[in-house]
Amino acid sequence: MTPEPAAAPSVWRKPAFIASAWVRWALGIGALVYLVSALGSIDIAWGRVAAGLPRGWRFVASFLAPDFLSRGDEIVDGLTESIAMTATATVLGVGLAVPVGLGAARNLSPRPIYLVCRSLIATSRTLQELIVAIFFVKMFGFGPFAGMLTLTFASIGFIAKLIAERIESVDTAPLEAIRSTGASWLQWVNYAIQPQILPRLVGLSLYRLDINFRESAVLGIVGAGGIGATLNTALGRYEYDTAAAILLSIILIVLVAEYTSGLIRARLK
Amino acid sequence: MLRLTGLAKRYDRSDPALAGVDLTVPDGEVVALIGPSGAGKSTLIRCINRLVEPTSGSVVLDGVDIAGLSASGLRAARRRMGMIFQEYALIERLTVMENVLSGRLGYVGFWASWFRRFPPEDVRRAFDILDRVGLAGFENKRADALSGGQRQRVGIARAVMQAPALLLVDEPTASLDPRTSRQIMQLIVDLCAERGLAAIVNIHDVALARHFAHRIVGLRKGAVVFDGPPQALTAEALTAIYGAGDWAAATDDA
Repeated sequence: MTPEPAAAPSVWRKPAFIASAWVRWALGIGALVYLVSALGSIDIAWGRVAAGLPRGWRFVASFLAPDFLSRGDEIVDGLTESIAMTATATVLGVGLAVPVGLGAARNLSPRPIYLVCRSLIATSRTLQELIVAIFFVKMFGFGPFAGMLTLTFASIGFIAKLIAERIESVDTAPLEAIRSTGASWLQWVNYAIQPQILPRLVGLSLYRLDINFRESAVLGIVGAGGIGATLNTALGRYEYDTAAAILLSIILIVLVAEYTSGLIRARLK
Repeated sequence: MLRLTGLAKRYDRSDPALAGVDLTVPDGEVVALIGPSGAGKSTLIRCINRLVEPTSGSVVLDGVDIAGLSASGLRAARRRMGMIFQEYALIERLTVMENVLSGRLGYVGFWASWFRRFPPEDVRRAFDILDRVGLAGFENKRADALSGGQRQRVGIARAVMQAPALLLVDEPTASLDPRTSRQIMQLIVDLCAERGLAAIVNIHDVALARHFAHRIVGLRKGAVVFDGPPQALTAEALTAIYGAGDWAAATDDA
């Protein structure tokens, strides 16, 4: 017979994430003190807030009576231009992102190609769209061409990075299997890798289409064409009812895009 | 005929995974490769088609030294060696037919394979082989819709599509139930007999190895410690391969 074991403890507590109680409390209180003092350092001009409230209210109220008609032609032109920019930039961006993504996958590419592609992605992701847009507007003048180039450049970084990460996590058994058939490198990518990453690529492309459309509304502010230019003009003229009509159109188009891409993604498992 | 001479593989800073293996496999012979986990079974078969680069030694298949081949020469040599995997290694999202036809990738050009326009002769053979492995009518099903046994049949069909001289088989039954395991082993052995293929089968199940293989090779710490017919695999031989244990059940089965 084994000897009677000592009574097991009946109290158990999950070990704390930070073991030292002193450090734990100091960090918590320190963070709180900083947040209070940071809030204090942000000047809030209450007088300006009071004066601005009615103006803000007019803006909100105009949503109840959006004016689609008085500037109808400009809105339609702006939207058409934005959609054209979005569509071309997404297709170009995805097309260019695929080779960059393949190059940026550690398990596929030799070191030098990997580094070049990763730097390209890093550049594209560091530069905010507005800055890139200003650059392209300076280079190619006002209009949707600058906007399209901006969105293409941004799409490449976004999609290439996420696709490269997907490629790095593919199931490796099919990679071995296709390699063992004597397939060439391109056949290997086409058979062993492409089917594994395709659902993700399609999902990302649809998501990017969405982002590009919303971005196109902002790019107009720096002169890169599209609905953003129309919106900027309306705001400049204090035509809040027209601005409201533009914003509502953007929201509607984004919702439709989101719904459709949901349907497509559900079909592609 | 496959001839391995002094085949060795050492991964970085560790004991050699293969310590100079000499092995000759004539056409039509099914060799079961047994041994404890980590003995180098998987490394051995991957050194033969150079999915793993051997450190030294030679691999000669029908007079061609595979260890010395260039990239394109290696691709051509790989066509002669069909490989079958433990977890099937199918392309899950592709159809059964695409998986089977992928065995022809070494023979067809890129665009033909991209557009899935394989030569009529290949397509006809693919249908024949699907029929032979018992999957007639499955060509348009997606691989991930099949059961484990069916998937392994597709894996076998893909390997046979290559028109190989040699099958490299890595734990073909490890993910299957006992009855399916026997059916799959029977299929592999039958195909080898029909087509005069040599095969090296890594296998954990000693009873299955005994039952289906013509010859058993025992590997321990990267070296061959047993090589003989199934009847010669005695309790002493099993102890030499795996270490001391009670082998009554394993030897009775023969």
